[in-house]
Amino acid sequence: MVRLITHNLLACHVKGCTSNNFPLQLQNVQIELRDADFNADFLKTFLPKLEWKALVESAKELGDTSLPIEQPEMLDDDFLKNLHHVLLEIHIEEGNMICPNCKHSYPISNGIPNMLLAEHEIG
Amino acid sequence: MSRPELQAPPEIYYGDTEAKKYTKNTRNQQIQADMTYRALELLNLTPDEPAFLLDIGCGSGLSGEILDEEGYIWAGVDIAPSMLEVALEREVEGDLFLQDIGQGFGFRPGSFDGAIRYLSHQSPILALRYQSSSVSVLQWLLNAETSHPTSSPPHRLNRFFTTLHSALRNPSRAVFQFYPSSDDQIQLITSIAQKAGFGGGVVIDYPNSNKARKVFLCLYVGGGGGQQQQIPQALDGDVKEDGKVRFERRRARDLRKDNNGKRKSQKVVDRDWILRKKELYRKRGKESVPRDSKFTGRKRKPVF
Repeated sequence: MVRLITHNLLACHVKGCTSNNFPLQLQNVQIELRDADFNADFLKTFLPKLEWKALVESAKELGDTSLPIEQPEMLDDDFLKNLHHVLLEIHIEEGNMICPNCKHSYPISNGIPNMLLAEHEIG
Repeated sequence: MSRPELQAPPEIYYGDTEAKKYTKNTRNQQIQADMTYRALELLNLTPDEPAFLLDIGCGSGLSGEILDEEGYIWAGVDIAPSMLEVALEREVEGDLFLQDIGQGFGFRPGSFDGAIRYLSHQSPILALRYQSSSVSVLQWLLNAETSHPTSSPPHRLNRFFTTLHSALRNPSRAVFQFYPSSDDQIQLITSIAQKAGFGGGVVIDYPNSNKARKVFLCLYVGGGGGQQQQIPQALDGDVKEDGKVRFERRRARDLRKDNNGKRKSQKVVDRDWILRKKELYRKRGKESVPRDSKFTGRKRKPVF
């Protein structure tokens, strides 16, 4: 049940991997769409926390191009609906998340990403 | 009964059977619910403002369900795959991660800082602790599993608190419940949390009750800026029992026994009771049960 909302907050936490470790690249993903309750207030408060470029890129990797490349100044309903769909309704069920810097791969199985590290990778 | 954290590491202790057992147990459900509501209270979130919370040690999602109900969006981490599987089956709404919190979080540093203006006060991120009847996430952190330096308790705690501190928004709070086995443990945990940059301290609910005593660790990120964060008031006073004195039922049962511990034979109660007994004997096939008549169970007149 990784959604892009959490994916957008997730960086690699392997020892020594401190730069260029975000966003994790998505590979071989299978996605599932599930409806969620639309909450405009939440989206508005969450918007400043998002790394917009990364979000648009990840959405593209998942085959969704409904978001504008630049974060719009005005928040209209259509935009919020699209954002809601991308953030909260696309669930990644299977696949891999790869760190762009150290190439560590976090496998996702059954909707749960495995974030465990080997002993030598613990910071 | 020894504490679960002394028996095996969490991902092994909470195997398939234990995970199911834990989730189905109504007592655990009750404890989890109480704990979650109290933790939310301690977090002191602004009412009616949507918040994004982190449930550390979300387990099978017992606390997550309550977060769902209360309308929070949340993400959960846990180290026991079996517990997460149960959470999937229960269809909680948060995002789940299989993660050892002693290894630190991968959440983007600074992503939760106070960039949001209209959320000028406390905390859209919560760190809930995780508890079974006697376990909490911090306890498990205190276990050294291998001799590798990264698995020593202070190192794991340190890693946990520093990464948590960076993942939280400024200002915000983190609340943990835990069951310290000694004052040294509290000392160790709070000192490491302080080194990681947290403010705050320990809140003990019902300190004088053995049964209801709960220890919460209330940690603050930031707190300056005119709004001094205060340690919340602990609950005190009498614990609400369920209206009964303890052992009342056992005492009533014991009263019915004679000195040898056998059940005292009951005295004749009333006509209904007699009829019921006679019916029972007839059903069992006992012979010479007197037939019922209008005299059955009738009170004698005080003639003599």
